[in-house]
Amino acid sequence: MRPARVLSPQEAARREAESQRLQRISSRRLGFSRVVFRQNPVSTIGLVLVLMMLLVAVIGPAVTPFPPNATMARNRMQPPSSSHIFGTDSYGRDVFSRVLAGARVDFMIAIASVGFAFLAGSLVGAIAGYSRGFVDTVVMRSMDVMQSFPPFILGMGLAAAIGPGTGNLIIVITIIMIPTFARMVRSRVVSLREAAFIDAARSSSVPRWKIILVYLLPNSIGPIIVTGALDMSYAMLNVAGLSFLGLGVRPPQAEWGMMISDGMNALLAGDWWVTVFPGLALFLSVLGFNLLADGLRDIMDPRMRR
Amino acid sequence: MTPLLELKGLVKHFSVKGDLPLRTKTVHAVDGIEFSLTSDESVGIVGESGSGKTTVVRCVMGLYKPTAGDVCLHGKSVFASGERRRLLRHIQMVFQDPGGSLNPRFTAEQIIKEPLVHLTRVSKAGRKAAVRELFQQVGMRDSDLRKLPHQFSGGQQQRIAIARALAPKPEVLILDEPTSALDLSLQAQIIALLVRLREEFDLSYVLITHDLAVVRQLCDRLLVMYLGMPAEMGPTETVLDSPKHPYSRALIGSVLVPDPTLRDPEPPLRGEIPSPTNPPAGCRFHPRCSRRLRVCQEFAPTPHRVGDTDVWCHLYNPEGEGGPEEEVSIE
Amino acid sequence: MTRVLTVDGLRVAFFTYYGVVRAVNGASFFIDRDETLGIVGESGSGKSVTAAAIMGLIDSPGAILGGRAVFEGVELFELPEAQWQSIRGHKITMCFQNPMRALNPVLTVGEQIIRVYHRHMGVSKKRAWAESVEMLREVNIPDAERVMRRYPHQLSGGMCQRVMIVMALMCSPSLLILDEPTTGLDVTVQKQLLHLLKTLRDKAGASQWMITHDLGVAANLCDRVVVMYAGRVMEEATVEVLFARAAHPYTSALLTSIPQVHRKDELTPIPGSVPESLNLPSGCPFHPRCERAMPICEEDTPEPLEYAPGHRVACHLYGRGGEETP
Repeated sequence: MRPARVLSPQEAARREAESQRLQRISSRRLGFSRVVFRQNPVSTIGLVLVLMMLLVAVIGPAVTPFPPNATMARNRMQPPSSSHIFGTDSYGRDVFSRVLAGARVDFMIAIASVGFAFLAGSLVGAIAGYSRGFVDTVVMRSMDVMQSFPPFILGMGLAAAIGPGTGNLIIVITIIMIPTFARMVRSRVVSLREAAFIDAARSSSVPRWKIILVYLLPNSIGPIIVTGALDMSYAMLNVAGLSFLGLGVRPPQAEWGMMISDGMNALLAGDWWVTVFPGLALFLSVLGFNLLADGLRDIMDPRMRR
Repeated sequence: MTPLLELKGLVKHFSVKGDLPLRTKTVHAVDGIEFSLTSDESVGIVGESGSGKTTVVRCVMGLYKPTAGDVCLHGKSVFASGERRRLLRHIQMVFQDPGGSLNPRFTAEQIIKEPLVHLTRVSKAGRKAAVRELFQQVGMRDSDLRKLPHQFSGGQQQRIAIARALAPKPEVLILDEPTSALDLSLQAQIIALLVRLREEFDLSYVLITHDLAVVRQLCDRLLVMYLGMPAEMGPTETVLDSPKHPYSRALIGSVLVPDPTLRDPEPPLRGEIPSPTNPPAGCRFHPRCSRRLRVCQEFAPTPHRVGDTDVWCHLYNPEGEGGPEEEVSIE
Repeated sequence: MTRVLTVDGLRVAFFTYYGVVRAVNGASFFIDRDETLGIVGESGSGKSVTAAAIMGLIDSPGAILGGRAVFEGVELFELPEAQWQSIRGHKITMCFQNPMRALNPVLTVGEQIIRVYHRHMGVSKKRAWAESVEMLREVNIPDAERVMRRYPHQLSGGMCQRVMIVMALMCSPSLLILDEPTTGLDVTVQKQLLHLLKTLRDKAGASQWMITHDLGVAANLCDRVVVMYAGRVMEEATVEVLFARAAHPYTSALLTSIPQVHRKDELTPIPGSVPESLNLPSGCPFHPRCERAMPICEEDTPEPLEYAPGHRVACHLYGRGGEETP
């Protein structure tokens, strides 16, 4: 509601220079993405965090100072020291090594689950959206049933039913995340199917499966890439949460959620390091994905592109 | 000469959700369109919103199935089973929104290639050559073949859409508002292109538009539609220079000519088009017609021949039945 | 005759991630009392941005780089905020494109009109209601009382446009800006709308600034016309002169290229396409497409000159060393 004002010549020159600079950046490869991250320090932090934790996940287990599962009874519950920088747990295992090893487990399960849910959910959503009618109703009402449970509770139920274990954990988490993807893709497909280029495809006699897979899906997944990034953080929390309850990974496998659970009793006695360090690792990973999702949303937003 | 394309008593109604739950309303989009097109002519369909012109061509393309009536190509119904694919090779369409009609993730080359893949049996090498040639014929450069739609201007997107439509070598090309989304300085370019392509490819155009000036340039015959029904059909010059149907007169009289010396202040028609869910009885134009007769309120008009035009209006009934003209003052 | 609005050397740019978009590059024109000025241009001409700048609607990443706007003697770009509130929306009002989307979808028509009236004129709500109904009737909206209780999505495009016009005229402005008021409307509805605008101008005595890309609209409604291209004024003349004796090559090329409804002509298309505002040609922006371009057109940007009384052209053909003389 401010009145119109003319920019001072200095201010104009400054903004012009800035714009030229951004133009040079954005005309390079992946230009637009680079500009977004530059303008958005918060999502750059997110990107850095995620990349860091991913690095840990990939090379961590190879550089552990101690074998993650090696118990040493005499070293039980040692606070952080120069030899054990994160201390040891109640079995004498080195917490630092376990945190590094756990990174790979948590990331792998989260990535796998989100990946599968993304594929399955998108396909299901696209088919439902394009077919409408009976197929659509059946599919979406099933999704409704699934979503009527709080996701974690549903996860608990499923995990209890099929038992603990890494593979089962992936299945459980995939299932609880499918409805979000399905719903998002379906709604995009429903609006996109009226678009002129779909009519044009039908006029060219393009078969139905190709319309769904080649025309609709690639144009619908933009917004769900952002969801995918955010869901990574939920997936990690679910992995950790279920394992915390004993419904996830089987001991003695190192995993952050289980480690947090292991250290709970000790926490009350003042031995904080067994819980806090894995908790911190989890926190940083989840935070990283959330911040990254923010930046990705800006990149995906069609209005920010030309 | 057998007509190339025939529309026989075409009717299309849609069921939409009504105001109350479980109630449906019927949209009377098209009610009884008949005409035939020979291979050496182009026809224009004009009308305002709600006239049903877009629905008519979607039925012709087979994108909608008519509620009643038929569309025939070379004498064979477009809706006979198994025929659709064969028929799509003969009729193609250029859609209204050039940007929206191109898949944002396909390159120009992929877009133009698509109908060749699915409608013809041309080899891969043959397709590549055909795409290249079409691209050049619509006045685009080879180097642009690998670009994505958003990298082109509106006029260029329209050319790509035209090239795509021409790929399967159709006989009939339906053009839905081909110039409406374009800048003024580009309109003549596209019109010139369409005139040239019609010669080179021996096409018949079915042009839908609200812009009567474009119709004058491109069409031999003209069909005026109002609220799903035909009002007048005849040679373009006759209809535009001496319209007979009261609606055609009002429509043509409402066109704003870019010539200040021809300013005409009084709008010939008042009020708005009624909703197609509840069309007026009898002649659908009667509530707004300044020359309505009593018969117009009850009976839908049948076509009457006046010179070289067909007029769907009771005023031109040679038997001259119907009561005295009501002097109606239009609100 | 007092000038209602004088715009001098307006420059507006948008500082985007992709570079600087130079939307308006030195536009100058004026609007007199009781006249309708038409600004005609294609996409990228800067016609809408000019109006937005006057109305103070240019926001980051856009900015006004230079120029003046004088409204009834007041410098708009140097106005203190308090006075600004009493001018914008009150003495200068605007109707936007896409009437259905320009109205607030969650308020009824009545609520929206009354808010405007109540805020600027300080009358009681009861009186505002009565006068609003009266105005709706004046713009030929049937069943005005019922329409007041409707939401914008329940009305047709033509009706929404009329509602916007009522909102704009309620406070008896001196200047009414109309941005593409007829785009998207049926031909018969367009004609009614233009007739209405003419009647309203004669009655209410507000000047009108009409922005359009449709030459037919300009020919039928406007007293004077300004032609813009790529952010610059190319030509300015009375409507009769512009259509009969256009001087600028762009204007005359445009007039010979558009199809006419009453005759079938041999159309001469203009080659090329409208330049991108991110990447404008040097010198005269039209020179790449101009039949009569000279070497100087690429180097030097022509300023509008008085070609004949009341007729300005920005073209080197008419400058010193040019070929044409009035």
